[in-house]
Amino acid sequence: MKDLEKIANKIRCDIVKMVAKAGSGHPGGSLSSVEILTMLYFEKMKVDPKNPQMPNRDRLVMSKGHATPVLYSVLAAKGFFPEEELDHFRQLGSILQGHPDMRKVPGVEMSTGSLGQGISTAVGMAISGKLDQSDHRVYAILGDGELQEGLVWEAAMSAAHYKLDNLMAFVDNNDLQIDGDIRDVMSPYPIVDKFKAFGWHVISVEDGNSFDLLEKAWTEAKDVKGQPTVIICKTVKGKGVSYMENVCGWHGVAPKPEELEIALKELELED
Amino acid sequence: MKKSTRQAYGEHLNELFKSYPKMVVLDADLSGSTKTAVFKKEHPERHFNVGIAEANLMGVAAGLAAGGQIPWASTFAIFGTGRAFEIVRNSICYPNLNVKLALSHAGISAGEDGGSHQSVEDVSLMRSVPNMTVLVPADATETCRMMEAAMEIDGPVYIRLGRMDLEVLFDEDYEFTVGEGVELKIGRDVTIIAMGLMVEQAMIAAEYLKGEGISAAVINMGSIKPIDADLIVETAAKTGAIVTAEEHSIIGGLGSAVCEVVSERFPVPVVRVGLQDTFGQSGKAQDLLEHYGMTAEAIVAAAKEAIDKKV
Ligand SMILES: Cc1ncc(C[n+]2csc(CCOP(=O)(O)OP(=O)(O)O)c2C)c(N)n1
Ligand SMILES: [Mg+2]
Repeated sequence: MKDLEKIANKIRCDIVKMVAKAGSGHPGGSLSSVEILTMLYFEKMKVDPKNPQMPNRDRLVMSKGHATPVLYSVLAAKGFFPEEELDHFRQLGSILQGHPDMRKVPGVEMSTGSLGQGISTAVGMAISGKLDQSDHRVYAILGDGELQEGLVWEAAMSAAHYKLDNLMAFVDNNDLQIDGDIRDVMSPYPIVDKFKAFGWHVISVEDGNSFDLLEKAWTEAKDVKGQPTVIICKTVKGKGVSYMENVCGWHGVAPKPEELEIALKELELED
Repeated sequence: MKKSTRQAYGEHLNELFKSYPKMVVLDADLSGSTKTAVFKKEHPERHFNVGIAEANLMGVAAGLAAGGQIPWASTFAIFGTGRAFEIVRNSICYPNLNVKLALSHAGISAGEDGGSHQSVEDVSLMRSVPNMTVLVPADATETCRMMEAAMEIDGPVYIRLGRMDLEVLFDEDYEFTVGEGVELKIGRDVTIIAMGLMVEQAMIAAEYLKGEGISAAVINMGSIKPIDADLIVETAAKTGAIVTAEEHSIIGGLGSAVCEVVSERFPVPVVRVGLQDTFGQSGKAQDLLEHYGMTAEAIVAAAKEAIDKKV
C-alpha cells in the first residue's frame, strides 16, 4: 500500500474510534472526506505543526464543520496536537469541540459548524491573502447538502467577482444529507453548471476517494488564474466501513462497541 | 415518565391537524431531530423540507401564511432565530403573519454538538421583535397546551423546544394561558421565577429551602412575552426578593424580562440564575447544566443571596 493510503486507513480507524468513544459525532461525512483532507495536509499544504500561526501558511476551512472527526484525526496525525486528545472528543473541557473552534485547536483556521458560513469566511481569508500579497492558498471543504444554503452562493459570487485564484473549494459530493438523498430533499443539481454560471473554474472528480484522481484535479486547479476553482468530488458517505457506506442513518450516529469492532476489523484488513 | 419537549411537539402536530386542516409543517433537513418527521409520516403532502436553508424556511413560511395556510416552521433554535433572524423580523413579524416557530435544541442542553449549536440568546432575540409571542414549555404537557394556545393567536409565535428528556411535571388537565404565569408553590420569603427545564430545578430548590426554614414561592413563567407583569408585581410585594432561573443567557431572557417589570413597578432585589454571558461547549447535557450553574443548588444559593439583599 502506498503511504497516503496507509495514512488514510489510519485516519479512518481514528474517526470511528473517536466517535465511538464520544458516543456521538459524525462518522459518515468524515469518512467520505478522508482522501481530500489527507492529500491536502500530507502532500499539498504548506503548514508547520510546530508553528501553526506561520503567517504565510496555507489555510483550510472546514465549511462542513460537523466533519470534525476527519479534521481532528488528520491534524493529530500531522502533529498539531497529541493524538491522545482524540479520546476526549466532545467531552466537557476538551479542546476538541463537536464543531471546530479556532480558539481552542492548533491548526483549526476557522470556527465553523453552522453550514454555509465557512466558505464565506474562506473568501475573506483569500481576499486578505491578496491584500498582503502573500502566496498562500485557502482551501474550503463543502458538503453537497450544504450547497442548499443561500450563503454559499453569495460567497461563490464574491469569490469570482474578486478573482480569487488563491481559493480552492472541494465539494464532498456524497449525495446524502441528514433527511435523505440530496436529490429527494432539495436537489442542488446541476452543481457543475451552477458553479460555472457563478464564474468558477470547475473540475469534476469521478472518484473523490481516489488519491490519483484528486492529485490530477489539484494539479490542474493550482495553475488556474483569475478565478476561483471548485473540485466536485463524487464520494461515498461512510467510505471504508461496509455497513456505513451510502447509508444516510450514519450521518450523525456513533457505532456501538460491537459495531466499532467490525469497523476496525474491516479497516485493518485493508492494511 | 420522561419525554423531551421536541418529542411532544412532533406527536401533538398530528393531533392539532385534526382541528386545523390548514396546517403545514416545514423543516430544514432536521426532521428527525425536530420530530416533524412524526407529522410527515402521517401527512407527507403537508410537510415541506426546504433543505439546509433556514432563511428560505422562514421566507416560505411567511408566504404560506400570506396564502392562508398555518405553517409550523422547525429547525434548531440557533438557526431559526439566528441565521434567519431578519427574515423572521421583516417577513413574518413586521406583517404580523400567522407563522408558528417551533425550534428545537435550544439552550446548552443541546449537549455534545457544542457552543456553535447551543442557542443561549434565542429568547432575547425573539422577545425583542414586535408582534412576536414567546413561549417556553417546562415539560411535554405544557408543550401541547402551548401549541394549542398558539393556534388561537393570529400572528407569530415562538415555542422554544429542547433536545433533552425531561420529567413530565404536569397532568393532562394542566391549564396554560398566554400572558399568565402559573404559581406552582406559594411562599413568603423569596420567589423563584423559572422557565423551561429550570422549573423542575426550582421546585427541588424550594423543597430544599423549606428544610432550612425558608419559604420560597415558585412561578412557572412559560409565557415570556407577553409576560405576566401583574403576577410578578404581586409576588414581589409579597416576598420582597426574586430569583430568576433560565437555561439561557441572563442577558435579554427571563431574568431581564422580570427585571424590566420590577424596576418599573415594584423594585425588589433580583438574582438571575442562567448563563453568565458566556457560550456553551461540548459535553453531556447534565454535566453542562452543572458546569454552568443551572441547578437546584445554584437556585438555593441565589435565593439566599436575594434574601440577604432585602432592605
Ligand atoms: C446552518 C445549519 N443548518 C443545519 C445544520 C445541521 N446539519 C448538520 S450536518 C447537516 C447535513 C449536511 O449534509 P452535507 O452538507 O451533505 O454533509 P455530509 O454529507 O458531507 O456530511 C445538517 C443539516 C447545520 N449544522 N448548520
Ligand atoms: Mg452530503
